Amino acid sequence: MRDDDSIRDRRSFLQAAGLLVAAGVSDGFLNPAWAKTVALPFANGERPLVAYPQKRPLIRQTTRPPQLETPFAVFKEGVLTPNDAFFVRYHLANVPLDIDPASYKLNVSGLVERPLSLSLSELRSEFKETEIIAVNQCSGNSRGFVEPRVGGGQLGNGAMGNAKWRGIPLKLVLDKAGVKAGAVQVTFKGLDAPLLPTTPEFVKALNIDHARDGEVLLAYSMNDADLPLLNGFPLRLVVPGYFGTYWVKHLTEINVIEHEFQGFFMGKGYRIPDNDCGCVEPGTAAKATRPIGKMVVRSFVTSLEQGAAIRVGQAFPIHGIAFDGGSGIHAVDLSVDDGQSWQSAKLGRDYGRYSFRPWQFELKLRSKGSHRLLVRATANDGQVQPLKPTWNPSGYRRNVIESLDVVAI
Amino acid sequence: MRIFWAVIVSFFSVTSAFANVSITLPEESAQYRKGTGVDLANSYCMGCHSADYVLTQPPAMSRAFWAAEVKKMKEVFGAPVPDDQVNGIVEYLVNTYGDPRKK
Repeated sequence: MRDDDSIRDRRSFLQAAGLLVAAGVSDGFLNPAWAKTVALPFANGERPLVAYPQKRPLIRQTTRPPQLETPFAVFKEGVLTPNDAFFVRYHLANVPLDIDPASYKLNVSGLVERPLSLSLSELRSEFKETEIIAVNQCSGNSRGFVEPRVGGGQLGNGAMGNAKWRGIPLKLVLDKAGVKAGAVQVTFKGLDAPLLPTTPEFVKALNIDHARDGEVLLAYSMNDADLPLLNGFPLRLVVPGYFGTYWVKHLTEINVIEHEFQGFFMGKGYRIPDNDCGCVEPGTAAKATRPIGKMVVRSFVTSLEQGAAIRVGQAFPIHGIAFDGGSGIHAVDLSVDDGQSWQSAKLGRDYGRYSFRPWQFELKLRSKGSHRLLVRATANDGQVQPLKPTWNPSGYRRNVIESLDVVAI
Repeated sequence: MRIFWAVIVSFFSVTSAFANVSITLPEESAQYRKGTGVDLANSYCMGCHSADYVLTQPPAMSRAFWAAEVKKMKEVFGAPVPDDQVNGIVEYLVNTYGDPRKK
């Protein structure tokens, strides 16, 4: 299928399916008949909307372990994603459901002079806290749109969120422990665990220089409140600019090691083709891979839904968001002629280079009928969203230019 | 004395972050669809994850896709699936959720 076709097919599918919220579900297998569902705009995209503890109704992707997606309409509520709407993603079914922060310990061990075992109150009182606004986006966000389809969580665009994280820089804690010469990486493990001893634990690793860059945070606060339990209460790793897979929840174990960690979730999982685009020809395997890392530049319209109607010939203000892996957003441009010409959006307040950057644009459509609106962000490091989607076997890092159909009346 | 002050300090510095948090997750309702081999799926593919992990996958995936999934579950995630049950599970998955004409 040519990419033009894929955009057109997707558009017609969107028009047919919309983002309908309907009562019940056609064959009743996913949820009770009373529950609401959403239809994500790809084949087999029907999902129940379910309210979990500390959460408003979210798109349930899976039940055990829980994976919940943020309904896209949430992103027009503001630049910060509310805690009760923030997406949830676990890998292993043994999710901690009862956490006593009074007895909770963060242990730092391995290649350090002084292994530490810090209570939360020690962590908060012995180090200087800091704050950062940063996007957390799942590596597989938007995987349901990948063509040809690939296995894994079939997500719409809502496995992302932007929050104000407060906590202690990892660097300060590592410095207190005293990293020894020869350290190569630091590994991170939380309370969530496998059910079977034969299942690999969820352990992630950062290179030592990254771990000590002063920006990686041990966060205990999210949007000025405790982390929701399902977002990692009482402490999670925040790795600004990096995909959510590194943002280990319920963090309890930090280990400094003298080699490159090869556990499953680094050595086999969460890897992308080792080339500039992180991509391969659709349907083919990568010759070499590397761990996924920084997020790539993306932008979305948040104020309009598919098929929205606006007055012909009149300026209509539209809003959206853009973000990248931390260089910051340089420009957001829009096109109503399939990308032949572009007009600049006005960038809104800068909340920091890791945050969603709001933008606005006065959309004026000069003829009646359907128009396809394209939105394209350019990052400060020169990255531009591609007009055609790239492909990789795991469906990671989707960042094609998004399109939205609007009707001028 | 130090313990005493620690208790006092933590008492006065109490924020909600120091309160115990306990939640109960909504009940699991997703079920594998009926079909030849569904008993195998219920026996071997419900231990570590709910059925919606399968139900939400793209339609019309190939036999190779489902075979690779079962292989990954067994070899990478350590699912205790006996070798002689693997094929029955793959057949159930591809026939029920995939496209058995696609190799």
